[in-house]
Amino acid sequence: MNVKNEKLAIKIDDLTVAYDYKPVLWDIDLKIPEGVLMAIVGPNGAGKSTLIKAILGIIKPIAGSVKIFGKPYKAQRSKVAYVPQKGTVDWDFPTTALDVVMMGTYGSLGWIKRPGQAQRKSALEALEKVGMLSFKNRQISQLSGGQQQRIFLARALVQNASIYFMDEPFQGVDATTERAIIKILKELRDAGKTLIVVHHDLQTVPEYFNWVTFLNVKGIASGPVKDIFNDDNLTKTYGINYKVAINP
Amino acid sequence: MNITEYFSMLFTDYTLGVITLGTAVLGAVCGMLGSFAVLRRQSLLGDAISHAALPGIALAFLLTGTKQTHFLLLGALISGLLGTFWIKSIVKKTRLKNDTALGLILSLFFGFGMLLLTFIQKLPNANQAGLDKYLFGQAATLMVQDVYVMIGVTGVSLFVLLLFWKELKLLLFDPDYTLTLGFNTRFLDILITSFIVLAIVLGLQTVGVVLMSAMLLAPAAAARQWTNSLSVMIFLAAAFGAFSGVLGTAISASQNNLSTGPIIVLVAAGLVLLSFVFAPQRGLLARRIRFYRNRKELNLRKTLSVMYHIAQNHKDISHPHAIKILNNFHGYTRKTLNKLEEKNWVEIRGNQWSLTAKGYQEAENFYKPQEAMQDL
Repeated sequence: MNVKNEKLAIKIDDLTVAYDYKPVLWDIDLKIPEGVLMAIVGPNGAGKSTLIKAILGIIKPIAGSVKIFGKPYKAQRSKVAYVPQKGTVDWDFPTTALDVVMMGTYGSLGWIKRPGQAQRKSALEALEKVGMLSFKNRQISQLSGGQQQRIFLARALVQNASIYFMDEPFQGVDATTERAIIKILKELRDAGKTLIVVHHDLQTVPEYFNWVTFLNVKGIASGPVKDIFNDDNLTKTYGINYKVAINP
Repeated sequence: MNITEYFSMLFTDYTLGVITLGTAVLGAVCGMLGSFAVLRRQSLLGDAISHAALPGIALAFLLTGTKQTHFLLLGALISGLLGTFWIKSIVKKTRLKNDTALGLILSLFFGFGMLLLTFIQKLPNANQAGLDKYLFGQAATLMVQDVYVMIGVTGVSLFVLLLFWKELKLLLFDPDYTLTLGFNTRFLDILITSFIVLAIVLGLQTVGVVLMSAMLLAPAAAARQWTNSLSVMIFLAAAFGAFSGVLGTAISASQNNLSTGPIIVLVAAGLVLLSFVFAPQRGLLARRIRFYRNRKELNLRKTLSVMYHIAQNHKDISHPHAIKILNNFHGYTRKTLNKLEEKNWVEIRGNQWSLTAKGYQEAENFYKPQEAMQDL
């Protein structure tokens, strides 16, 4: 597939991340065109979350460069939104659903400035989009796993970014929420946004995504789902002989 | 002197007034900043910091030869900060976990501090007596200028808290996300930790090295039980802290000068206990009551659903059935049946019951998924 003719959302060169001496990501080269809905797949410990965190500067790589629309991440922060894994925060924190979604506006506000009516309005709109408006004043510990994930998605939507990074957004959510989230993600893609999603369920890759990256410490393959999501690449990534009934 | 006498003397006796104001302000600032430690799950950091401050006090005395509180506390501040940033860098640079690093620094600094204290005790011509008051604190030594310093620090930390409210809240809830939004999380971390160290050092004179962490944690832990809002929690923690300070001082002054620090801590611990039991939503009592209510309600619905399944077999849902076919296993008792009738879900005629349309509807809803969210 020829990527060169399209505008690149993300270009990664020689990215290497290591904890102590153990490489977690090894010499990754990756080109992600604008406007794709991309899954990152790979076994546990393949470095999927680490890849996202390295792109976002949460983890410092020991080598390599990351360009977002041709510039370093720091210059492009406002164009990027991040949905962390649900399990990384304390859901017993004393705050409400609306308050968490409002946090999505903090980046554009910058230091010290307080959120006002405009920020509140866009947070309410995002809550409505994810079907959670009636839960706006709910204490976050009283939300189900699926509802918490919707809140996290709403917080990212408020950022009104061009690129969305999501770390396992379907983990521990109900089927209704999974359908709701994928619908929103597809809408965002159709609106020209780029979405990069760490994903675990191989069965749903062809149905949900149009772009895929196989990762297992090294980059195995990256491209359109219809061209490269096959048994060959799955076997290379997961090590065992993998058979998924796709591409009839 | 009894407690009522104490409160009547509060505004006439200068010393008593100063000490009370001091413990109140200390309680408030510790409660306020302690909320952050509790919510960041760094509760034990306070304990490590206060113990790490001890060698600073001893070294300050050895170097300057003065017993002036301000010099000694300056030493405490320096060694407290040193201990804190050692802990952070151990966690960052080695594979040791947070609790191990805390324990290590705590015992290392405290051991060194105790060593220095015994060394000082053996010095000739030492006007050393009194340094060990920093172990358990002595509120009676509070001077009016100490209280001014406390008020100053409280004011500054309140100002900083309000100024960076949005950023600090974000950091408490989701540090990684804070970083991706472009906020300097290291700056925020150092900011909040420094103020916690400052509050601890201020409390050493009153409460002492050993019990200081309780001043930080107890009011915050109690406050968390009563509210689901961060700002209310911090306000409540400050109020609980101040209350513990005043009541602790009152008890101590009225009961033959019992040691003030431990009493303040015990009062704060009492508040925690009360909050754990009696808080309206998170309290143990409320949860027990909710549990029993739910069980009763469940039994009621269990009976109703049995009736629903029986009624489903008939064309007419209100077809009467014998009460005898219900048994205990279905959650049935005479009481639940009466409750069901009260709710207008069943009708009872003699020894027969029949489902009402309302009851049928209710049972039907029971089997539908309760998720109120729509499929988008």
